Amino acid sequence: MSEALVRVDGLKKYFPVGGIIFTKGWVKAVDGVTFEIRKGETLGLVGESGCGKTTTGKLILKLLKPTAGKIIFDGRDVTKLRGKALKEFRRQANIVFQDPYSSLDPRMTVFNIIMEPVRIHKIHVDDPEEFVIKLLYEVGLNETHLYRYPHEFSGGQRQRIAIARTLALRPKFMVLDEPTSALDVSVQAQILNLLKDLQRRYGLTYLFISHNLGVVKYMSNRIAVMYLGKLVELAPAKELFENPMHPYTKALLSSIPVPDPELARAKERIKVTGEPPSPINPPSGCRFHPRCPHATEKCRHDEPALKEVGKDHFVACWLYA
Amino acid sequence: MSSEARREPLIEVENLYVYFYTYAGVVKAIEDVSFTIYKGETFCLVGETGCGKTVVSRTLTNIVPPPGRIVKGKVIYHRDGEEVNIIKLSEEELRNIRGKEIAYIIQDPSAALDPLYVVGYQIAETMVDHGTVKDFKEGFGRAVRLLKEVLIPDPERRVKAYPHELSGGMRQRVVISMGLSNEPKLLIADEPTSYLDVTVQAQVLDLLRELKGKKGLTVLLITHDMGVVAEMCERVAVLYAGNIVEVAPVDELFKRPKHPYTVGLLRAVPNPLTEIEKLESIPGTVPNLIKPPSGCRFHPRCPHATEKCRREKPPLIRVGPSHYVRCWLYAGKGEEVSRSE
Amino acid sequence: MAEEVYEKKILDRFSDALIAFLVKIITLFRKDWYRRNRSRVEEWKLMLYALNRSPIGIAGLVLGMSFIIVGIIGPIIAPHSYDFSFIMATGQYKKYFLAPPGTGGALLGTDDLGRDLLSQMLYGARISLVVTALVLPVGIIIGIMLGLIAGYYGGIIDEFIMRVTDMFLAFPGLILALALSAALTDRMALAIANNPYLTGLVSFIFAVKPNDALNMAQTLSIVVALWIVWWPGYARLTRGLTLQAKNNVYVEAARALSMSSVGIMTKHILPNILGSLLVLMTMDVGSVILVEAGLSFLFGAQMKIPDWGAIVQHGSQYLVNGAWWLVMIPGLAILVSVLGWNLFGDALRDILDPRTRRSIEFKVKKVKKTSEEAGEVSK
Repeated sequence: MSEALVRVDGLKKYFPVGGIIFTKGWVKAVDGVTFEIRKGETLGLVGESGCGKTTTGKLILKLLKPTAGKIIFDGRDVTKLRGKALKEFRRQANIVFQDPYSSLDPRMTVFNIIMEPVRIHKIHVDDPEEFVIKLLYEVGLNETHLYRYPHEFSGGQRQRIAIARTLALRPKFMVLDEPTSALDVSVQAQILNLLKDLQRRYGLTYLFISHNLGVVKYMSNRIAVMYLGKLVELAPAKELFENPMHPYTKALLSSIPVPDPELARAKERIKVTGEPPSPINPPSGCRFHPRCPHATEKCRHDEPALKEVGKDHFVACWLYA
Repeated sequence: MSSEARREPLIEVENLYVYFYTYAGVVKAIEDVSFTIYKGETFCLVGETGCGKTVVSRTLTNIVPPPGRIVKGKVIYHRDGEEVNIIKLSEEELRNIRGKEIAYIIQDPSAALDPLYVVGYQIAETMVDHGTVKDFKEGFGRAVRLLKEVLIPDPERRVKAYPHELSGGMRQRVVISMGLSNEPKLLIADEPTSYLDVTVQAQVLDLLRELKGKKGLTVLLITHDMGVVAEMCERVAVLYAGNIVEVAPVDELFKRPKHPYTVGLLRAVPNPLTEIEKLESIPGTVPNLIKPPSGCRFHPRCPHATEKCRREKPPLIRVGPSHYVRCWLYAGKGEEVSRSE
Repeated sequence: MAEEVYEKKILDRFSDALIAFLVKIITLFRKDWYRRNRSRVEEWKLMLYALNRSPIGIAGLVLGMSFIIVGIIGPIIAPHSYDFSFIMATGQYKKYFLAPPGTGGALLGTDDLGRDLLSQMLYGARISLVVTALVLPVGIIIGIMLGLIAGYYGGIIDEFIMRVTDMFLAFPGLILALALSAALTDRMALAIANNPYLTGLVSFIFAVKPNDALNMAQTLSIVVALWIVWWPGYARLTRGLTLQAKNNVYVEAARALSMSSVGIMTKHILPNILGSLLVLMTMDVGSVILVEAGLSFLFGAQMKIPDWGAIVQHGSQYLVNGAWWLVMIPGLAILVSVLGWNLFGDALRDILDPRTRRSIEFKVKKVKKTSEEAGEVSK
């Protein structure tokens, strides 16, 4: 097993509700999450909207300040980085955002967008034009796109530009925050394959955040499932799909519409009722208990911890304690 | 297919052309689209962003937003045995059909509900407008029953709730109940679950299926998600760049897709239940419909494109019972027809 | 297939020529420029085409531009000096006392002292123009800077800046101007009179005689008062726009690349909100003209300078004598200039927004033509 590139330990992020001064409560977006991302792997992070997956991604890159917890990147604690060290960290770790329509400044040409990181980090480039063209070829675009504006591109092409921008600094680690959920399926596959290619070519490590289980399965080596700010299950991708343990994971897997009418009719659906509750006042005990078909008295009071139940398979549920 | 009695057409769209006259040029959003929706079935329009699926649904009650215009074509609506062309109807006659006989469920439930009124009022209003109920008092009573029907817990209390007090899934249920309130002949559901999470999406899809069975509704489902198509529909039309490229019953389409675009689309969706080594993608992007590609609109992205595809528009070919495809690959392998079912 | 070529209007051809000329000039200095900015040039063309299809916008532009042109060359083309009196020159008191428009030599008539109204109007345009040019940039720069800082940093800084802004907004500008004018005018007049460079400068920019330079102190004190009351509007708008713009993911992307706050504000936020600000600036040209005329109307009696507001004020005393032109003509000049800038600003709003620019419905004539062709194609 290769060593960890990123180690997240007891990470918490609470957002105040109702202003900074007169706080009425806290949104516990991420509430004590621990996991590691190994060098060269893709860790998938799945969950429904509001479960804290995007917040986790941003915390790792220090785009948000954590309320508590540690993030160790390559042996250094990211939460304590400042000034030059922080800048150096951001050269090595970057993010691709969900919405390619808003992540590119509409008033900059592709050339300027891709050159921006190079300029910020004051990296010397002999021939900027050639440098950018090379990057464009790497993401499947070409030199005719060099001096165009983002609005002249389709969603998929924009996402390619955004990927080229992060690649310009030759990072080691990338957070991919739902990079294809704003794209059409035919284009989604292009981008996913591109990301896989780049990973192989440059030995990149990915944190792949998505709500689409099919996509996560295709991309990831290991998958972490989040529910209301907590990790509920973490396992190798194949294992998670073949042998899901947490009732939430099971429900999630059986809820996905399967693109195959026969399989769709044949599969049994594990129904969960209701919707995820608000993270302002999350349920006590296990956070899934109000929707869980197996909930017991214990689930209502005590919070289950993430425990290894099989090889590399972790689950936070009293059923397996 | 099955018994002849079931295949009674409700809506027939014939050779529809819709253009958008924008400053940048004329967007040929819909060209030569024909299909039939039979009574009691769930018909699905599937396609990617900008393929024109929403525009098609809007033509069914003639509410194409400007600068769009229906340039040509017919929308025949079988109204109690008599045939009317929706496009030729006056505004007043259309008002009687819209929301009453043909109802919509739109994608974003928060946009469909007015934040200033309680949901009961909004449900009652659609009924009062169309004279289904006498007054708001009766309307509220009916609203409670409707909310119960869409499985909203505690409907007596929820009927007095404002939209912001409900969760996303609840709001979509309210919108569905509004769509059902006048017992429409056709329910058009435009991406009804794409704003919802998977577990909630599954609940709403279950609900729609149940309601359809119970009330014998005819549903036109518009979606981009092949998974939703597989779970919900009986017949499917695949739209690409304003053209219908394939029409088939759902099992047939997934088992024997004919059009290269359909084939590509099915291979590009990662199926979570199967093992995938490498996803196949369709190269290129959706064309600009101001200057659509000549001949077959898919030819620049098609692996089988020939010189003929570049020059001539392919005819619609019947390749099996109820299976139609618009592609030169199948020329001579079936009967050429002017329009599909 | 129907070919989608625009029928270009004459104005469009003129726009093309204008842009081609601009591009030529830029490429004189930077050879590579056109290759790198072809997309931007296309966008410029589209903006001008959109303007060409908005008659109101063009009318506004023409009126606004003529205000600027008259402001610049007015004093040069004026038939007489602003203080020239037909009575003094000809001695014909009866003929030139409140002479109606068209009286020998006086195209727009004369006032009670026999001064030529046309010349006064032309000199007055210069004063209005200079006041606008002095007031707006200062208000805009202060306002934008404070608004950007407040919107970008948020929290306590935002709270502080915006409460100060509210205080200034609550301040009655008119009273402030009156007070300032009382306090400043004399001192400023003294300073202008004592410093020959200042005398020269003031008389040059306002196109008045050096002797009258110190009379401009009144106008200059109005300028100072307007500096104080003009920036809060911009601060507020900029803050609102900044709050919106900073939610764009590209701002976060820049932060993920370690870009500095100042860099983000100047490179990503400001360029993206400038369009909306430009609309306000354009409309504000009209507002400054109006407010300045109003204030000089109030102070008019003491002024010897040909300010439009002062002319109205002076002339209003003779309305009873039937001298309507002394009020109507400067009033009309104010109206037309203000209206022009407002119309242009309104059109600009549509033109600068790339979405509305693209969705402006195309000419109906074109529609019919293509629908016929579509019919042929299907057969």
